[in-house]
Amino acid sequence: MNPVIILHAGLATGTVLLFAAIGEIFAERSGILNLGIEGMMLFGAMAAFSTSFSTGSPWTGVLVAMLAAGFLSILHGLVTIHFQADQVVSGLSLTFLGTGLALVLGEGLTGQTVALIPSFDIPLLSAIPFIGPAFFEDHSILVYAGYVFAPLSWYYIHKTRPGMHLRAIGEKPAAADTLGIDVYGTRYFYVFVGGALAGLAGATISLSVSPGWYSAQTTSGQGWIAVALVIFAQWNPLRAALGGYLFGALRRLILDLQGPKLLLGFVNPLYINSNYSFFLKMTPFILTIVALIFGSRAVAKKRAGSPSALGLPFIRGERGM
Amino acid sequence: MTSTIPAVALKDITIRFPGVLANDKVNLTLEQGEVHALLGENGAGKSTLMNALAGLYKPVSGTMNVHGKLVDFNSPKDAIAKGIGMVHQHFMLVPTQTVTENILLGLNEPKFFMRLSEYDEKIRALQEQYGLFVDPRAKIWQLTVGEQQRVEILKTLYRGADILIMDEPTAVLAPQEIEDLMGTMRSMVNQGKSIIFISHKLHEVTAVADRVTVLRKGVVTAGGQSMDGVTKEDLAQLMVGRDVVFTVKKEPQEPGEVVLKMNDVHAMNDKLLPALQGISLNVRAGEILGIAGVGGNGQSELAEVITGLRACEGRVSISGVEISNQPPITAIQLNVSHIPEDRTAVGSAPNLSITDNTIMKSYCQDPIGNGWSIDFTRAGERARKLKDKYDILAPSVETPAGKLSGGNLQKVILAREISSEPKLIVAMQPTRGLDVGAIESIQTLLLEQREKGTAILLISEELEELLTLSDRIAVISEGMIMGTLDAEDADINKIGLMMTGVAES
Amino acid sequence: MALQLKVEKRVDVPKWLPLATSIGSVILAFIIGGVILKFIGGQPLVAMKFFFQAVFGSWAVFSDTMVKATPLIIVGLACAVAFKMRLWNIGAEGQFYAGAFGASMVVLVPLVPMDSPKVIVIGAMMVMGMLFGALWGFFPGYLKAKFHVNEIITTLMLNYIAILWNNFWIFDKWSDGGFQMSPTFDRVAWLPRLADYAREYKIFSGVTLHLGVLFGIAAAVLVWWILQKSRWGYEIKLIGDNPKAARYAGINIARNITLVMMFSGALAGLAGMSEISGVVHRLQESISPGYGFTGIIVAWLAKLNPFAIIIVSILFGGLIVAGREIQPAGLSFLLQGIILFMLISSDVLLRYRIRIVRAQEEAA
Repeated sequence: MNPVIILHAGLATGTVLLFAAIGEIFAERSGILNLGIEGMMLFGAMAAFSTSFSTGSPWTGVLVAMLAAGFLSILHGLVTIHFQADQVVSGLSLTFLGTGLALVLGEGLTGQTVALIPSFDIPLLSAIPFIGPAFFEDHSILVYAGYVFAPLSWYYIHKTRPGMHLRAIGEKPAAADTLGIDVYGTRYFYVFVGGALAGLAGATISLSVSPGWYSAQTTSGQGWIAVALVIFAQWNPLRAALGGYLFGALRRLILDLQGPKLLLGFVNPLYINSNYSFFLKMTPFILTIVALIFGSRAVAKKRAGSPSALGLPFIRGERGM
Repeated sequence: MTSTIPAVALKDITIRFPGVLANDKVNLTLEQGEVHALLGENGAGKSTLMNALAGLYKPVSGTMNVHGKLVDFNSPKDAIAKGIGMVHQHFMLVPTQTVTENILLGLNEPKFFMRLSEYDEKIRALQEQYGLFVDPRAKIWQLTVGEQQRVEILKTLYRGADILIMDEPTAVLAPQEIEDLMGTMRSMVNQGKSIIFISHKLHEVTAVADRVTVLRKGVVTAGGQSMDGVTKEDLAQLMVGRDVVFTVKKEPQEPGEVVLKMNDVHAMNDKLLPALQGISLNVRAGEILGIAGVGGNGQSELAEVITGLRACEGRVSISGVEISNQPPITAIQLNVSHIPEDRTAVGSAPNLSITDNTIMKSYCQDPIGNGWSIDFTRAGERARKLKDKYDILAPSVETPAGKLSGGNLQKVILAREISSEPKLIVAMQPTRGLDVGAIESIQTLLLEQREKGTAILLISEELEELLTLSDRIAVISEGMIMGTLDAEDADINKIGLMMTGVAES
Repeated sequence: MALQLKVEKRVDVPKWLPLATSIGSVILAFIIGGVILKFIGGQPLVAMKFFFQAVFGSWAVFSDTMVKATPLIIVGLACAVAFKMRLWNIGAEGQFYAGAFGASMVVLVPLVPMDSPKVIVIGAMMVMGMLFGALWGFFPGYLKAKFHVNEIITTLMLNYIAILWNNFWIFDKWSDGGFQMSPTFDRVAWLPRLADYAREYKIFSGVTLHLGVLFGIAAAVLVWWILQKSRWGYEIKLIGDNPKAARYAGINIARNITLVMMFSGALAGLAGMSEISGVVHRLQESISPGYGFTGIIVAWLAKLNPFAIIIVSILFGGLIVAGREIQPAGLSFLLQGIILFMLISSDVLLRYRIRIVRAQEEAA
């Protein structure tokens, strides 16, 4: 029940959600809803673990995970961009496909140990009281990368030319099209980016924050939480990062609550009957719903963030979009 | 400023869509420094032809020359590179981005990092040159329609366009704004630009164009004719292919009791900005009240408030029954019919059959509704009758509504809305985008309803239509009624002035 | 005279085409699945043989397939109703568990005395199963109707919550002597099986097919009637096709979202009841190998047609039975994913057609 430990763990596991949610933000900002995050994440986690297992290099594992999940998501791109299929159904198929592929190809990986992504302290910064041990001590490189990646993503989307084009394509593809921006190509690119980041999120799990391959339990629904986080974050990478960290910390808190005999001076019911922890385990899912309620209300109120063309196929000459 | 080499020369352009020959061997020559009008009815193929010149479509055959050089556009980028800029009828602007961002969209500068303030200055300079002023930092959704159009023009000018295509630029503007626009067009021509001006409004063409090309059903009926001595009647004949006689005649008629009564009604639009600001009006049985105004001045909200689709403050009643802030079903049960502005997005269900579409308002009532179930045999029979009566062209009543042409779809909607024998019809732009034949039959249907004693609120942006059909005309501007005139002795200039927000003196 | 491929929009869709694309997708998916299986060192032909034996083999095996098909039929119908309104109920899995929980309450609390007639006990289990399924559908439906909360996420989150909720009861209150399952139900709470009549009819010996399959068929008829003949079904179709038009037609969309979600949940709950009362006979972990998710594919593959759902469910039932034999375990997920992908990709053939034309002909 040490707040530093909870925060430390939250930053580590939150990094998974951070990568996955920001990836989805990129895809959705371009107008493509990809509900296949869970499948791509699991596929990425498997690919990373399996590659690290066979090559001994965790970095190759990360790279392979990103490419594998990225190319898997290209399938979603093809079906929704060129075939104009329903993005919801296609995303669901991607979940099935990714999960199936991961389970089939991941046979026999359970229980193996592999080379992991190294962790280290950041000099000087780790000496800061409270903040240091939580933020800058004994974290994987990927966690530190997350600190930088979220603000960079925000800057990219709002302050750069490609970011401006990305926003335009998600808001009004027809306008971008008339100005010679390649709507289809750009969408494919960001669908790939979204997939690659989901793969990175998977690799972060299997090679860093909770190392190992535990079949479908490896991701255990975090891909879906990432999708929800995007709405809650109103398509803003900074808010997505914050939300990811909060969820991560919450998961750790739940674990820690089961330990002590006394809680705030009262007898800890979880100590007496550990089965009560099932209710505690529900909290992330319940909180996701609650967060979504608030997120949706904010979106409805001031149409904050939601890209107007999200979920709609673009066909030149059709729809005024 | 005419040079021997034309700015644009289109030769034998043919463009085909599945089942439609949109342009058939069309020729068009745009001389340097002229305003060339491209005239034609809706669906004549004007926009298609110009979209090809802007690089959006590829012609099946034919050649395009720009400044004497043969061109072959594969994307809008190619066209932009040759100095062609198009101002689309439906603005191609990203509402959530600023004016500057919209202008810079698709360009290769700024390189990666955007220093927007530098570009704001550049754009201000361009605004000075052509007198097109709009705040570069404003978001598009905050701008008026006229300002948005200026952004569209600036967008093409910033790209160094010397050939401008303007697709029905006046359709969204108030009379005064139209004058400004024409001034801008003149000033651009004086600075060396060449302009193709697409329109179906004859008086505008005669006012601003140097030459005119007329399209009818994808074929040129007059190519590059000089405007000297050409009358509106000549143009109309070329455009429609026969003498245009307005056969729709309205008989004088004494209106009955007040059906619709609105008192000091206020409402917000979707962006939560005030759209209706104290509307009061009456419509009586057997009377058509026309609502004139430039689009976006509260007309949609007015129709939605009456039909229960939008919340409001104030009082709205049908024959004395208060209906404000009631769900849509209340108005339907009080026999209020609604011909919505957008027949595809609101008025019909595209994948459902014609039969299904005709029972949208009556599926709960005898004889179609039958307890928990629907008598689809009866519904089908009724739909067949309506199909014959309203002359709906479709293979069968099982055809999905989405496969119908605009005019036939509108007839399905009218058949549904009129066959319920309404007390009040709220008709919003009932003839927009239809060909002359369909317009006539729909206008006739509305007048028949008037004779039967139905109260009709006709909201239209076509003044001609309002003058032909209405008994009285109320002019709306920024959600307020500027005044109400008798259609008999209405002065068009006066209506135009009121449309810009000048109240009746 | 160059030949060109030309893609154009279809004006008419031939009647046979949707069926052909569905069947084609399944065949193609099996081929691709087989190639992947071969690639990772499996034996696709052996797996395929298992599959066909599972569907068309002996009476007893076919009965196994039907037993697996039963929950799929009901869950597939649950999904179809919601999808018809473009309501993405991905929570059939959770509603299935909730229904199983509700039905178990009848026996384990117990809500009716266990010496009541079978009709009463089974009836009470059906009611409770559907009630809890409906409740599980109500939350996402109401949140969507009231606050525009994305139902995909809420239904999914409720899946996890339902499973955790069940776990608490089978680990704790209803645990059978510390095992992670409830005690076996009294016989009175079992749905009748064909095997129960083996004494009278020899042919039924060992045939585990239970009454639940009739629930499935009845539900298919009901859903067909609702969608094709009823006022409510018309409203559902109208909202699904164009919500703006539905609102304009005076339909209360918010109420329908909640109702359809509850109806969908009630069906999924019935599937859960049928499974524990007809097959498992107790509440335990993993009573569903992902029926709730497979139901999504079943509904989509059947193009939301209630009777086609029965046929497709039998196919998928066979797949699940065969999946017990085929290793590795993820293969059936993989196949389902590929089938669904093939299917939605093939939809493009319904909207466009490809013609081979001569360049000259086009110019003419």
